[in-house]
Amino acid sequence: MKQYSGAILLLAVMLVFPLAVQDAYYQHLMILVLLWVAIGSGWNLISGYAGQVLFGAAAFFGVGAYTAALLSHKLGISAWWGLPLGAVITFALALPFGWVCFRLRGPYFALATLALNEIFRHIATIWESLTEGMVGILVMQTFVSKVPYYYIALGIAVASVLTVEIVVRSRWGYYFVSIREDQDAAESLGIDTLRYKSVALCLSSCMIGLAGALYTNYMGFIDPRVVFSLHDVSIAAILVGIIGGVGTVSGPAVGAFIMVAVMEIFRSGGFGFLGKLSSATGSPFVATLTKYISEAHVLSFGLLVIFVILYLPNGVVGDWPILKKKLLFWRRQATV
Amino acid sequence: MAFFEAKNITKFFGGLAAVNGVNFRVEQGQTYGLIGPNGSGKTTIFNLINGYFPLTTGEIYFGGRKISGLKTYRICQEGIGRTFQVVKPLKRMTVLDNVVASAFLRTRSKREAVRLAEETIAFCGLTAHKDKLAKSLPIASRKRLEITRALATKPKLLLLDETAAGLNPSEVDEAIRLIRKINESGITIIIVEHIMKVIMTISDRILAINHGMVIAEGTPAEVASNHEVVAAYLGEDYDAQS
Ligand SMILES: Nc1ncnc2c1ncn2[C@@H]1O[C@H](COP(=O)(O)OP(=O)(O)OP(=O)(O)O)[C@@H](O)[C@H]1O
Ligand SMILES: [Mg+2]
Repeated sequence: MKQYSGAILLLAVMLVFPLAVQDAYYQHLMILVLLWVAIGSGWNLISGYAGQVLFGAAAFFGVGAYTAALLSHKLGISAWWGLPLGAVITFALALPFGWVCFRLRGPYFALATLALNEIFRHIATIWESLTEGMVGILVMQTFVSKVPYYYIALGIAVASVLTVEIVVRSRWGYYFVSIREDQDAAESLGIDTLRYKSVALCLSSCMIGLAGALYTNYMGFIDPRVVFSLHDVSIAAILVGIIGGVGTVSGPAVGAFIMVAVMEIFRSGGFGFLGKLSSATGSPFVATLTKYISEAHVLSFGLLVIFVILYLPNGVVGDWPILKKKLLFWRRQATV
Repeated sequence: MAFFEAKNITKFFGGLAAVNGVNFRVEQGQTYGLIGPNGSGKTTIFNLINGYFPLTTGEIYFGGRKISGLKTYRICQEGIGRTFQVVKPLKRMTVLDNVVASAFLRTRSKREAVRLAEETIAFCGLTAHKDKLAKSLPIASRKRLEITRALATKPKLLLLDETAAGLNPSEVDEAIRLIRKINESGITIIIVEHIMKVIMTISDRILAINHGMVIAEGTPAEVASNHEVVAAYLGEDYDAQS
């Protein structure tokens, strides 16, 4: 029980968060964090545990998002049905994709997922009679308040993390890691590697697809550029996984939090601090600096990743012992 | 019907015949030695048996069933375990987890898999290393882990590829003891080994190959006195020693 006490405490904090913090802006940020926990967990299962690098998470995210949007737009059914259905449809997409593409290894598989991402983005752009193309699809939001979305996102995030936790302790988890460590050895030990790679991909795609469907419901608008974005979804998913710690259960949660926080600090110029500073001082220098920093929020992320890869190759969670030692060391030096 | 039989197996890599028309049978309970100079095709024969490479021609039978053409994992499920000459430990997993992963082949219960893994680890004398990461093991223990992992799949036939190579003399003796113990527990073994002391003491029969072709087959004494074998493989030294 003790090993879970931290997780339970965190869950309790998350449960009371929207009651304690009424500001819609912070609630919005937390919803984004929770969405990224689900996407990051999905990425982590197939890439961090099974070792098959998913470079096209947006394919599944976008298919989940479009499932929800099209249900409401074409069939007049509530976009909320997109959650269960989005998971089912991404599963149905991942299964044949895995069956064909898991014959490829390493970077070749990663490239195939990238191709899948691009294929779907083009389909969604070109097939205007179905998807409205670049115009995008508008969905009526159900709630004015962010709180219901928050709790649904929390549910999906918790379910994703729990699924990973349960799976990696089971036979499947042993198989996934064996495949990651040495596929030939795994196969010689009687593991049907093609099958279990597919299992991992299907589970992952469900989590990512669910997040996509929730995104549609929450944002109320999607277009191909946003939900099939290579940069803002596929690569961001990899970054969330790497920063938190590849192949650790809580890594994606930590990574999601750090990513959203860093992106937002840059985008908003230190939560508006720099903006206030420039208007207070009236200095044109600070104003330009603010503008550049907020435009460089994408770059910030690249820098963060370089830092993590250089100093914490196993991510914040994977290298926590090292990080803790360093922090303690600093503190001791400070007190001396 | 033989327990294990390779019929006319051939493997071409481009124009090179790595294995060329090899026939042999192994009876249940035997320790069957496979010898030949470097590059003569021993490892390739294992890779053919275990389905890692498809055969160019020929057939392989095991327990009365044709297994050539099956996928590698299916062949393991049928009861053929193997070790790799160049060891393939699951590096970032502990020794126990390495073995648990393979023990899952015969059971779906985790508790049962862990129990089987611990039992096999004890049998192979790796208990002291149980919780270490596989990548931190010295070579002798890595070789042993290869055997342990293969044993945890409960094979009827075990293929050992140079499990004593690179070990010091006392480790070699331990390896011989372990292989004997495995054989006594009822598992049939095909063993590739360069160290003559090992192969001559533990094999019931030996197959000698050169350039992918059989040059001799028989008891250790017969093979050791075969002129072609002596010329091709054992060299003048062994001839003088014996
Ligand atoms: N995957 C491969 N592709 C091409 N040629 C190969 C391949 N594997 C083995 N060979 C070739 O087949 C021949 C037999 O190799 P094999 O590894 O079976 O020899 P070996 O008897 O196990 O040798 P050693 O005693 O050095 O382990 C060699 O000439 C080798 O170069
Ligand atoms: Mg060899």
